[in-house]
Amino acid sequence: MVAVFSRGDDPPETPPALGGASRPPKPPWPPWLAFRAFQCWLTVYRRIWRSSIWSSVLGPICYIGALGLGLGTLVDRHSLASLGGVSYLAFVAPAILASGAMQTAMGEASYPVFGSLKWNRIYIGAQASPLGPADIFRGHLMFMVMRIAMNCAVVMVVMWAFGAIRSAWVVLAYPAAVLTGLAFAAPIAAWAVTVKVETSFNYIFRFVMIPLMLFSGTFFPISQLPPGLRALAEALPLWHGVALCRAFSLGTAAGDPLGMLGHAAYLTVLAAVGIWAGARTYRRRLYV
Amino acid sequence: MLERPETEVLVRARGLTKTFGSFTAVEGIDFDLYRGEAFGFLGPNGAGKSSTMRMIGCVSPPTSGELSILGRDPVRDGSAIRARLGVVPQEDTLDVELTVRENLLVYGRYFGLPRRVIRERAAALLEFVQLADRAGDKVDPLSGGLKRRLTIARSLINEPEILILDEPTTGLDPQARHVVWDRLFRLKQRGVTLILTTHYMDEAEQLCDRLVVMDHGRFAAAGSPRDLIARYCSPEVLELRFDPELHDAAADKLRDFSAERTEVLADRILLYVADGDAALAAVHAVGLEPLTSLVRRGTLEDVFLHLTGRRLED
Repeated sequence: MVAVFSRGDDPPETPPALGGASRPPKPPWPPWLAFRAFQCWLTVYRRIWRSSIWSSVLGPICYIGALGLGLGTLVDRHSLASLGGVSYLAFVAPAILASGAMQTAMGEASYPVFGSLKWNRIYIGAQASPLGPADIFRGHLMFMVMRIAMNCAVVMVVMWAFGAIRSAWVVLAYPAAVLTGLAFAAPIAAWAVTVKVETSFNYIFRFVMIPLMLFSGTFFPISQLPPGLRALAEALPLWHGVALCRAFSLGTAAGDPLGMLGHAAYLTVLAAVGIWAGARTYRRRLYV
Repeated sequence: MLERPETEVLVRARGLTKTFGSFTAVEGIDFDLYRGEAFGFLGPNGAGKSSTMRMIGCVSPPTSGELSILGRDPVRDGSAIRARLGVVPQEDTLDVELTVRENLLVYGRYFGLPRRVIRERAAALLEFVQLADRAGDKVDPLSGGLKRRLTIARSLINEPEILILDEPTTGLDPQARHVVWDRLFRLKQRGVTLILTTHYMDEAEQLCDRLVVMDHGRFAAAGSPRDLIARYCSPEVLELRFDPELHDAAADKLRDFSAERTEVLADRILLYVADGDAALAAVHAVGLEPLTSLVRRGTLEDVFLHLTGRRLED
């Protein structure tokens, strides 16, 4: 029989006597605990990355191709001043980058979070280990950010291939897009863990994601909206992500540094609130 | 409660209580669990067994009362305590997309073990639960019994001092249950402390040194299986089954029979007596003709029926 419990070279553990002066163990650094959970997601992802990569690549090609080139040729015939004197392709591509980050965030932070409680029960398994609810949340969030970063990188390559980039500042559009994704992923995951029935996600997709995609200055400038709606659009998180990515891609960011800081601050606050809330909602859901 | 002060107490509870809103799942229970023993929480569904297991597993804070695990406070030191526990949950939480071996690798990482150590332990553990030849297979198509064995192997990846098993063989066929029992018995032989819940009598009798009978969040009784049977049950039990038409009439007649106790179930009548054969002869003597009769020894099932008035698997 194999010696399952040979302790090998491990330091001998002396179990503390009850009520005695047992030295409390030094808990591992929290980010390291979260990283352990992240590694689990990597192992799972290694099994499925091939299927996910197709939608990551084909999605941006279709969007940028159809809108930038297809619709763009119609729009550009009228050489619209409201686009800021650039081609529709150059105008719409960074918005597709930002809204793609949002879509990836919503996809990764909704059903997978719910499924980790109900379907494959990854959270329940992880909970029996030294990982606490906040570690489980942050580890999964790390994985979501990785997926957002991967998909944004693909969109950047497609943008470049279509000639949609106008400035070297575009390198900053990449972190801006990832930040946009995080600003959605963290609060949505924090909420998703509290969801009892999965149909709730349909409402988010239909009544949050699609309106955001349409009215955040993505496909047309928000200057085209009536003043009331325009103010509303400027309050939407995706608008800030789109404005930031577009300014970097077109190279207009340097002209409005305060505006850029404002957009980044808005998204950072949203992400921070989500990260703060997630540690609490995960705890309330898992630690009962 | 049996006192065994010479051994080390691993889990101590005093007035341990868990409520969910207005519902009290666990109501002020006291117990001490000792190193190296197998301790069972026995009771029907909803008795508070799983809530107790979750509190010991440091994934559910007690509402009130004291709880100490490995000498530590589960609320403050939950992570450190969980590092030394193994948990076999009621429903498997295996990742069915991954292979048998990958499930162990992922789990070992949760505990921060180096990959080399995990690989070595995974190989030994798969050998131990007799799954070594399935190491590269996906988990999904495995039978319930094999999945359970994999869950047990996974729970041992951190070489836990305490193994918590919540209904370890519920839903398994008899053969698979025996394999699980055999492995758990071997773990106990190696000094692993087992804490398990079950609503199977035979499981409790096979595995547990001591057990508590739980009902409505409280302990109805505590002791070794043998003690409990001796204390709450007659030496023999006569089981009688009558024609359904005659069941009630026979029950009335048997109630003032000279048995220690009579239990009338929906389908059977149980007479708790010192001598089953003598009692059966007496039943015939008063003109009752049971369709079937069985003389057997008292079991934990009888103890539970006596203590709670209910059957365990109801």
